[in-house]
Amino acid sequence: MIYYSKSHEYARVEGNTAFIGISDYAQKALGNVVYVDMPEQGDDVTAGEEFGAVESVKAASDLFAPVSGAVVNINEALIDNPRLVNDDAMANWIIEVEMTDPSELEGLMDEEAYKAFCASETH
Amino acid sequence: MAHRYFPHTPDDIREMLGKCGMETLDDLYADVPESLRLKRDYDLPQQMSENKVREYFRDLADMNRPLTCFAGAGFYDHYSPAVIPAILSRSEFLTAYTPYQPEVSQGTLQYIFEFQTMMSELTGLPVSNASMYDGATALAEAMMMTVAASRKKDRVLVSATLNPAWREVIDTYALYHGVKIDTVPEDNGVTDLAALGNMLDGASDIAGVILPTPNYYGILEDYTGVAEMVHASKALLVMTAPASTLGVIKSPGEWGADIAAGEAQSLGMPMSFGGPGLGYMCCTKALMRKLPGRIVGKTTDASGQRVFVLTLQAREQHIRRDKATSNICSNQGLMALYATVYLSLMGPQGLRDVNDLSSSGAHYLASRLVETGAFELKYPSRPFLNEFVLRYNGETSLKDFMEVSAASGCLAGVMIADDELLVCVTENRTKEEIDRYIWRAETFSKAQTPLFKSESEQNF
Amino acid sequence: MNRKYYGKVIFELSRPGRTGYHLDSNGCEEHLATLPDNLMRHSPLRLPEVDEPTVVRHYTNMSANNFGVDSGFYPLGSCTMKYNPKINDEMATIPEFANLHPLQPADTVQGALKAYNDLQAMLCEIGGMAEFTLNPYAGAHGELTGLMVIRAYHMSRGDHNRTKVIVPDSAHGTNPASAAVAGLKVVEVKSLPDGTVDIEALRSLLDDTVAAVMMTNPNTVGLFEYSIPEIADMVHAAGALMYYDGANLNPLLGIARPGDMGFDVMHINLHKTFSTPHGGGGPGSGPVGVRAGLEKFLPNPVVVRKKPAEDDYFALDYEIEHRAESLGRISAWLGNFAVELRALAYILSLGKDGLAMAGSLATLNANYVKESLRDLYKVAIDRVCKHEFVFDGLIDKSTGVTTLDVAKRLLDHGYHAPTIYFPLLFHESLMIEPTETESKETLDEFIAVMRDIAREATETPDIVKGAPHDCPVRRPDDTSAALNPVVTYFDL
Repeated sequence: MIYYSKSHEYARVEGNTAFIGISDYAQKALGNVVYVDMPEQGDDVTAGEEFGAVESVKAASDLFAPVSGAVVNINEALIDNPRLVNDDAMANWIIEVEMTDPSELEGLMDEEAYKAFCASETH
Repeated sequence: MAHRYFPHTPDDIREMLGKCGMETLDDLYADVPESLRLKRDYDLPQQMSENKVREYFRDLADMNRPLTCFAGAGFYDHYSPAVIPAILSRSEFLTAYTPYQPEVSQGTLQYIFEFQTMMSELTGLPVSNASMYDGATALAEAMMMTVAASRKKDRVLVSATLNPAWREVIDTYALYHGVKIDTVPEDNGVTDLAALGNMLDGASDIAGVILPTPNYYGILEDYTGVAEMVHASKALLVMTAPASTLGVIKSPGEWGADIAAGEAQSLGMPMSFGGPGLGYMCCTKALMRKLPGRIVGKTTDASGQRVFVLTLQAREQHIRRDKATSNICSNQGLMALYATVYLSLMGPQGLRDVNDLSSSGAHYLASRLVETGAFELKYPSRPFLNEFVLRYNGETSLKDFMEVSAASGCLAGVMIADDELLVCVTENRTKEEIDRYIWRAETFSKAQTPLFKSESEQNF
Repeated sequence: MNRKYYGKVIFELSRPGRTGYHLDSNGCEEHLATLPDNLMRHSPLRLPEVDEPTVVRHYTNMSANNFGVDSGFYPLGSCTMKYNPKINDEMATIPEFANLHPLQPADTVQGALKAYNDLQAMLCEIGGMAEFTLNPYAGAHGELTGLMVIRAYHMSRGDHNRTKVIVPDSAHGTNPASAAVAGLKVVEVKSLPDGTVDIEALRSLLDDTVAAVMMTNPNTVGLFEYSIPEIADMVHAAGALMYYDGANLNPLLGIARPGDMGFDVMHINLHKTFSTPHGGGGPGSGPVGVRAGLEKFLPNPVVVRKKPAEDDYFALDYEIEHRAESLGRISAWLGNFAVELRALAYILSLGKDGLAMAGSLATLNANYVKESLRDLYKVAIDRVCKHEFVFDGLIDKSTGVTTLDVAKRLLDHGYHAPTIYFPLLFHESLMIEPTETESKETLDEFIAVMRDIAREATETPDIVKGAPHDCPVRRPDDTSAALNPVVTYFDL
């Protein structure tokens, strides 16, 4: 199951684990990604709070955690090749989080609602 | 009214207003509420010819007295090559702005790239920005950078041996930015490393530690083991030194520092009553994206040539706005060019010669002043390069000695207490100037010497 | 400018054994101390080894890759790239100023202190303020200092809740960044369709948590904020202060003063309004002025005039006393003093009549260019502008030629590009500021070229999209520069 936030992060949920990245819509808006600023393994993230940033040449976008929890993994491939986010944003998650409160997912959008949300943003 | 800076003739103005559908220049300001209009002339002088401007400045200049400089305390009187003002006055450099259009700004971008390389060499750290305003603000920015890099910590430790004027600047930035600053005490002229260890021990809120060498007293501090200690507390180590001394002393990179920041005016720049100087700031690769200010990088253009551009701009205020690493949106451009041309001319050996000459002059002066009995070294056991603290033991007051020195055209140092003097010697000081200093110390430290005794009465 | 790119860096000209200096012996060499080996440098110092003629030719060739105000028209919006008079530089390098140490006794630097004091007084008259500090090093530094003044003021009244700064959405990015450095939170207020601040939206944001409203007037669209008297009343009634960003002061010279508009604190960019050279990005100078009552919060050190008996004697604050309520210290000494001298020379050269004309002529030039191009470029907001205006790209966008393309094509014709993609209010912002030192002929030639480019954009768009064609270098690859940063020669 995939959930989306209004700040264009997704959380792909497997059991109690959420893989968090930015949506395809967000990567397109940013353009060529040149850097992904990630937390460290073991850091805690809090829903709604900043945990990193994605940078392109002329823009930067802060990353906000869709759910709270502990960072159990970061996607190290993005350190050397941040453009993977452009290649496939959904496959190239940024952090893997062990959720502390899965009920937070209820405040997020599903695929369909997010599509509608993006459509409304473009206008 | 015609003025030499304005090309407009009355006909031009009439035609141009016509194009805008207006009759008078005033019509251009119809949207400015009447209540806000300035309805009188400025209370300022009438326009002046160049000769009148020169006269005005000559009158001011005549009220100044440059002195043979034995003062340092952050600003130094070093040799300045004649090439530099000639290059700096090239209007392609002087009258350009930020290199926003790289196709017509390679000159600026190239020298910044060279500057970054040179500062990186001097500090022993791999990344440099395009410069900061001055040493004090560079260190204040470094303080904020350690806090930003730590994400959650809000305390920075600063050695008591740092220049107190700079410390005031750091304190000011910290107060408004919401950072706590604590002082690492000094012990006999150097940072008390045992105290630093205790402060770091078990603390989880310390983002950075700021340490100078040579410090405010000119002393070369021994920071063996300090980087390990600081890093063990997950804090960042910031070090500062006058840029010129980095040609010979152990560099911040060699000490294990994460950030080096300070003042580069010592690279031959005129003292200009305190400004412009040149702040420098370098860091490790890991911190590159937290570094404030502009950074120039190499790339290629559409025809495959190696060219240079402003890069990593996502850090900066015009993109990140309130999330930027700093609010700085310029640098000290022309002064970075100054440093670059200076270092090109001097090279590694020139910088060594500058330091050796300065140091030998300083040690000669220090030892001879101690021999006069009028002075003693405040920290006799501490190593120094070209700046040192003296305690005055004369029969007269130190203030009187300073005044009589100034009257004979010499700035004998900077008084840092009623009986303490911070003295600096550079390669610009001749043996004769140093010997005159020594003669004055011998002569005017004695109560019976009339203060009006002329220097011309004695021989060297 | 070079037609052919000079692309060497100094390190590539280095040969072991070459030297570019000669220093005299000081006769003290035998006193050279042996310093502890572990405190000395052991890593190699890879600085270039080059002779003097090579250095001179290298940097001269490098300068020819560059474009300055002296090279040609430089209509970079919001940067006020006016002519930089040469007498200013001559005055700033007078040895009796250039060779002063900042800690000399006051009686040996009376001329320097008087120069500082004279410029302070002149800026007070021009800004309508009670006192100026010249210590801030740049416009952004001035903003930061001014916001610190405002925080110091609120704190002195025990008003600790005021932690927000309201800035219009048209503001320079520096405004919010300065607020953040000063520990303040930024709240944006929207603009009306006519480009000025939405006064009702502003009213709804004002409460006892607002420290200041920060405004640029004329704003970054080049339009005069005509509601400023009401805004000032509203803001003051809410207990907040008005901050004037002096980036766009130039068109108001001789017309109106920020102090009379109700602003409490302001900064001036001496490198814009007062013609000190931009130097490729510095050194600048950003003096901060305050209205009566706020002087005590200005930063140390302060130049004071000893009164009353010794009317002509100036001193630095630390000779007398620190201002107890000062916000603190924001610079090592008295700012970029040599830049301050240049601005003083400029004000004297223009005099009151010249200054009074500067604003009107800058505004005339801007409106003339706007009116001459409005049939081909989309006027973003159609009002009489002040010193600058914004086009929202070409009117005919059908061929996909962007503002970036137009800017690059201008380079081919020997002009610097205008400011592009700012303000953020429009997608294709092209912001033009001609300044008062450009002649009608220069503007007419520029207008003709802009018209040509618009025609090319329709008829042969690929020429515009591929520009520049005629510069020493072509468009650089920004993405690879940011992806794999190479920031020193030894990383090449």
